[in-house]
Amino acid sequence: MMKFERYEWLAIAIMISLFILVGFIQGWSVSLVILNMCIISAIMTMGVNISWGYAGVINFGVMGFLAMGGLAAVLVSYPPIADSWQAGGRGLGISFALLVVLVIAVMYINKTVIQKRNRYILNSLIIFFGILIIRHFYLNATHNIEDVNPAIAGFLGGLGLPIIFSWIVGGLFAAGVAFVIGKVALGLRSDYLAIVTLGISEIVVSILKHEEWLSRGVKNVIGLKRPVPYEIDLQSADWFINLVTYLNSSKLNNIIDVSDRQQVLKNLIIDGSGIFVKLSYAILFLIVMLIIFYFANKAQLSPWGRMMRAIRDNETAANAMGKDVVKQHLIIFVIGAAIVGVAGAMLVTLDGLFTPSGYRPLRFTFIIWIMVIVGGSGNNLGAIFGGFVIWFSWIEAAPLTTFIINQLTIGLEPSNALKLHLLDSVPYFRYLFMGLILLLILRYRPKGIIPEKVRHS
Amino acid sequence: MIDFLNSIIVLLNFIIIPGISYGSQLALGALGVTFVYAILRFANFAHGEIMSFGAMITILFTWFFQSQNIGLGILPTAMLALPIGIIATIILCIISDKFVFQYYRYQKSVPVVLAMVSIGVMFVINAIIRIIIGTETIKFSDGQKFIMKAKQFKVMTGLNEGLALKSSQVITILITILLLSFTFWFLQKTKTGKSMRAFSDNEDLALLSGINPDRVVLITWIIVGVLACVAGTLYGLDKSYKPIIYLNLVLPIFASAIVGGIGSPFGAVVGGYVIAFSEIMVTYAYKKFFIYLLPDSLEPTGLVQLLSTDYKFAVSFSILVIVLLIRPSGIFKGRVL
Repeated sequence: MMKFERYEWLAIAIMISLFILVGFIQGWSVSLVILNMCIISAIMTMGVNISWGYAGVINFGVMGFLAMGGLAAVLVSYPPIADSWQAGGRGLGISFALLVVLVIAVMYINKTVIQKRNRYILNSLIIFFGILIIRHFYLNATHNIEDVNPAIAGFLGGLGLPIIFSWIVGGLFAAGVAFVIGKVALGLRSDYLAIVTLGISEIVVSILKHEEWLSRGVKNVIGLKRPVPYEIDLQSADWFINLVTYLNSSKLNNIIDVSDRQQVLKNLIIDGSGIFVKLSYAILFLIVMLIIFYFANKAQLSPWGRMMRAIRDNETAANAMGKDVVKQHLIIFVIGAAIVGVAGAMLVTLDGLFTPSGYRPLRFTFIIWIMVIVGGSGNNLGAIFGGFVIWFSWIEAAPLTTFIINQLTIGLEPSNALKLHLLDSVPYFRYLFMGLILLLILRYRPKGIIPEKVRHS
Repeated sequence: MIDFLNSIIVLLNFIIIPGISYGSQLALGALGVTFVYAILRFANFAHGEIMSFGAMITILFTWFFQSQNIGLGILPTAMLALPIGIIATIILCIISDKFVFQYYRYQKSVPVVLAMVSIGVMFVINAIIRIIIGTETIKFSDGQKFIMKAKQFKVMTGLNEGLALKSSQVITILITILLLSFTFWFLQKTKTGKSMRAFSDNEDLALLSGINPDRVVLITWIIVGVLACVAGTLYGLDKSYKPIIYLNLVLPIFASAIVGGIGSPFGAVVGGYVIAFSEIMVTYAYKKFFIYLLPDSLEPTGLVQLLSTDYKFAVSFSILVIVLLIRPSGIFKGRVL
């Protein structure tokens, strides 16, 4: 099934050798940090690639789906806060129940009242007063919850389960939101759809930012539990010390002085514990990435994938052949969003904290799209490659820029105003690189670095 | 009666005047987006950054003039620098067209590809702005800050409520009226304007009747440059300049253009005011207003606010979604200049 061409093997080799290179130059810890983010980016990119590359459904709501995944990580792993539930649980329950009643009432009216004018009037009356009543309970409840120990709690907490479950829950959350968005907006033309999804993702993030009872809002949730051991525990664990001693035995044996050897061993253990934690993350992420990659490829080669390509390439013809275009668009939009949601939960797991104000469209929507376009839409390996390469250059742009600026301004004095200004603005050059990469790829290799294979079957 | 007047003043001061000035800024921005959409046929995500670029050049020259002690007295110095900013923005637009957009136009690429390209342009301009001016918030309005202060108004009329009128608001409104009437006169009365309308209506037919497409595109970019630079500068003058803001401003601007009916300039202007007013009206706390109007026994205890100001941004999008659902072509059926 999965057979790689020569240039694809080359791409894989380039990715691996880049990390080895960074490992030797900047240290293995840096290399692994970049690798972890690269894997997560690759998963996001695959999610977008599935909806855009397979079926041509544009999804600019990446940021919102990532945030939903992040919310799932908090709600699954954070221990429940009993006081908050006591303070506002009932009020929230009542307002939720009332909301259900309201929806049922509206549906009932829509069914029974036939005259259009009466229906509008009744509906707007019921919705207006219903919302007034719900607001009363809801605001009371949320206010009470937010008052419970606001310095460290002030929200409902979560379920207290291992955070790894949240990866699935995050996917489900994102899929739920995507279903609603898709129902509303998928009939629109692609550039309208881009703007609408972008806007709805902003709404999602602003809800997470300001509904403090749910996600603690801008106060952030910190200290989420890890799926991997902590460095401190590792440093005192016997098996880990033995492992480090064994791996470095030749180096240690060369040191004759005992106290020196102890000191070197201690440093090795501290370094090793950091690397071990990052490596375990990398392995976990890699497993998820490979699973998604396997199924994405499988789906692309299946009859379903063929139908998706048919819909992408000629919607009218596919429709005429009896394919339900609207339904398939919705399905693939939801699947793509779910994968992005998984990546969002993984992102929060890696950071160990949830910061709703950190979700910005430039970083979490547009960069992901650059990854998709650069890697090659419609090709999963291309998506992974794009995720790796773009994240890699995003991180390594700063050292590279510093180097280039220093070389260019080598004739100027160290206190030269222009030189200092340029060195101050090093972090902004990465945006320049990203823009230029995107423009160059779109101009000279519009199908991406690893283009979609044309299949004849 | 006095209470009634007071409540009206409250509305004027906190909703109507800010709404008109914010709406004017959105309208100018949306008009620029509309021009690109109607003539070049793509959604230009870089428009916010083009606005930001114009404002940045204006600020740089404002600083230069200030250092040379050249000013306009009671008017902000930025008004003197604005023409230079406009020229720079036009040059930026033409360069970006020559080196980037033109190629895809000749290739007859689909709109989505052009939208992607505009994202690339957005990144590049964004980086240039940040490299040149940083990310700090910059206040560059000088001259007389207020035309009428709240206190003056109270003394003048003897009412409880004050009505403040910032000079930046008045300048915004006046320039908008001037620019809008010029644009509409240009489109309706001049030969070039008519050829642009023909081009946006039916490209092939326009080409057959001897309209030079490159000239139409050039003039479009000039108009877009003027509108974007003025809108960006006015926004910065009114609310202080911050490079990051302009990316967020793109969304309300798109919302305005689509709500009004994308492709229709008149719709874009109306859409700008609709979005601005709904953002402000939905998030304003009406407590003060009702205190004046209702008898003491009925006075509201809460803030009487529909949504907290945190959701200001979400409002414009909810409206966009609702309009797209009920009337996908916008308030005024769009697509043609």
